[in-house]
Amino acid sequence: MDAQAIIDKLTPLVPGAAFEAASSVDFATLYVPAGQLIAACQALRDSLNFEVLVEVTAADYLPRAPRYEVVYHLLSVSKRLRLRLKVRVMADGTVPTVQSVYPAAGWLEREVWDMFGIVFDGHPDLRRLLMPEDWEGHPQRKDYPVQIQKAAQTYAPLEVSQEQFQANLERDRVKRTH
Amino acid sequence: MSDIRTETMTVNMGPQHPSTHGVLRLVLELDGEIIQSVIPTIGYLHTGIEKTAEQKKWQQVIPLVERMDYLGAQSNSLAYALSVEKLLGLEMPQRVKDIRVLLAELQRIASHLIWIGTHGLEIGAVSMLFYAVRERELLLNINELIAGFRFFPSYIRIGGLREDLPRGFHAQVQEFLDRFPGKIDEFEGLLTKNDVYKRRTQNVGVITREHAYAWGLVGPIARAGGSDYDVRKYFPYSGYETYDFKVPTATEGDVYARYRVRVAEMRESLKIAKQALDRISPTGVFACDDTRVVPPPKDKVYSEMEALIQHFLIYSQGFTVPAGDAYVPVEGPRGEHGCYIVSDGTNRPWRVKMRAPSFMAIQALPTVVQGGLIADVVAVIGSTDVVMGDCDR
Repeated sequence: MDAQAIIDKLTPLVPGAAFEAASSVDFATLYVPAGQLIAACQALRDSLNFEVLVEVTAADYLPRAPRYEVVYHLLSVSKRLRLRLKVRVMADGTVPTVQSVYPAAGWLEREVWDMFGIVFDGHPDLRRLLMPEDWEGHPQRKDYPVQIQKAAQTYAPLEVSQEQFQANLERDRVKRTH
Repeated sequence: MSDIRTETMTVNMGPQHPSTHGVLRLVLELDGEIIQSVIPTIGYLHTGIEKTAEQKKWQQVIPLVERMDYLGAQSNSLAYALSVEKLLGLEMPQRVKDIRVLLAELQRIASHLIWIGTHGLEIGAVSMLFYAVRERELLLNINELIAGFRFFPSYIRIGGLREDLPRGFHAQVQEFLDRFPGKIDEFEGLLTKNDVYKRRTQNVGVITREHAYAWGLVGPIARAGGSDYDVRKYFPYSGYETYDFKVPTATEGDVYARYRVRVAEMRESLKIAKQALDRISPTGVFACDDTRVVPPPKDKVYSEMEALIQHFLIYSQGFTVPAGDAYVPVEGPRGEHGCYIVSDGTNRPWRVKMRAPSFMAIQALPTVVQGGLIADVVAVIGSTDVVMGDCDR
């Protein structure tokens, strides 16, 4: 099934959506507007049998105007089909999370945020995944330098003020008397 | 009794823990022995291979991607090479396809051997590791023979293979193929009907097909839960459609089912490897004839000016790949292994992204072990066969 056939099936299911077929060498590829992404994924999973979200990733096309493309690879085991969804994202734009449709998107989107800094609206846990918690910047961006000197991450030394120490002792005493 | 309040206990497992397969860290919240919640922390082995790959020429990325999933090195490079060849529009000669299939299947057996060894070790069948690693040694010897490198052969290249098969290749592979079926029986004798092993693994860590699909797990884990999805059958590559083999499946979805599926997979891999070895002639073509990618033969380089220039260009500038993107999945030892590449039409990749089956398996881990016993965590991690190099990349 080529991209146009999928668009023809998908358009009645997602009201007001403007899908766009993209050229590809391997399998059907669609451009989906960020606003309709969740509705499109819902329709693809429930009506067109794309049960598995295989991969979410992104690419940074730096000088170009919609700077990022977030790429979703879907798989339909029952129909032996693959589909690629692309969402164009501006440099300061966001994408809605598709976790409600595909739970697998959780970490994949987290990795995309970690590496590219693309914010996924509604994502409950957008923290560093592969990079250390205190890392600055998003390494997969094209304007991120390749050779970068950075001190190794260490844990902050334990600093306890006299008041905190005393309060801790008191709390302990209260616990023991009960 | 129900009004007695109990405190939950937080236990840190890893990153340096023998049974977490590398550097995986789990923060477990326990109520007695029952797991309340699990928070996996990954990234300890993140080496930025995908970023590094963007600075390299297309062919130079092969050794890099092999270091991602270090137990299934050749499924990484096969996925990458197939993706680039897709963009280039290259079709491989039959002999190259057969050699790639043979190597991929031997790699799968080698990876499953490490899996059966470490999984057995963790469950308490310590001797499994020794038997499994002994057989794996023979497979590493084959790697050494073809490439001089036991772990990361980098033998599969864009446009074919690095060089022709060495002398003695057929005999060495044949020796392994003759010897190994008996060894699988030996492994099964140790585990399949072992009562201790069965009690530790049956009805533990159940992953049904729907659960697996929702969490993006496609591969042996889903097949143990009733799926029959195998990239080799559904989207054949490298001529897998011409081989006679079955896709082992089970329906229980527990640790024991995943064990049975993987053992059966080893037998099927052996079947494919036998067929492939019969098709491969000892000498012959080892690359396609596209002069954009493959350097001309040495005798031409010495006698023809154009061939010399082409040789020089390929080794200095590399080759360019048409702009576009491609994703070609292969069936790796851990499931669907795919490589998404983007080219901007130059001699270096714009983006390389490996689809990591271990990443998905660790993401889904909390949903599998929650409510179970802490002792089962080790069994479940072992059965999902995660490789942290694959997960963190």
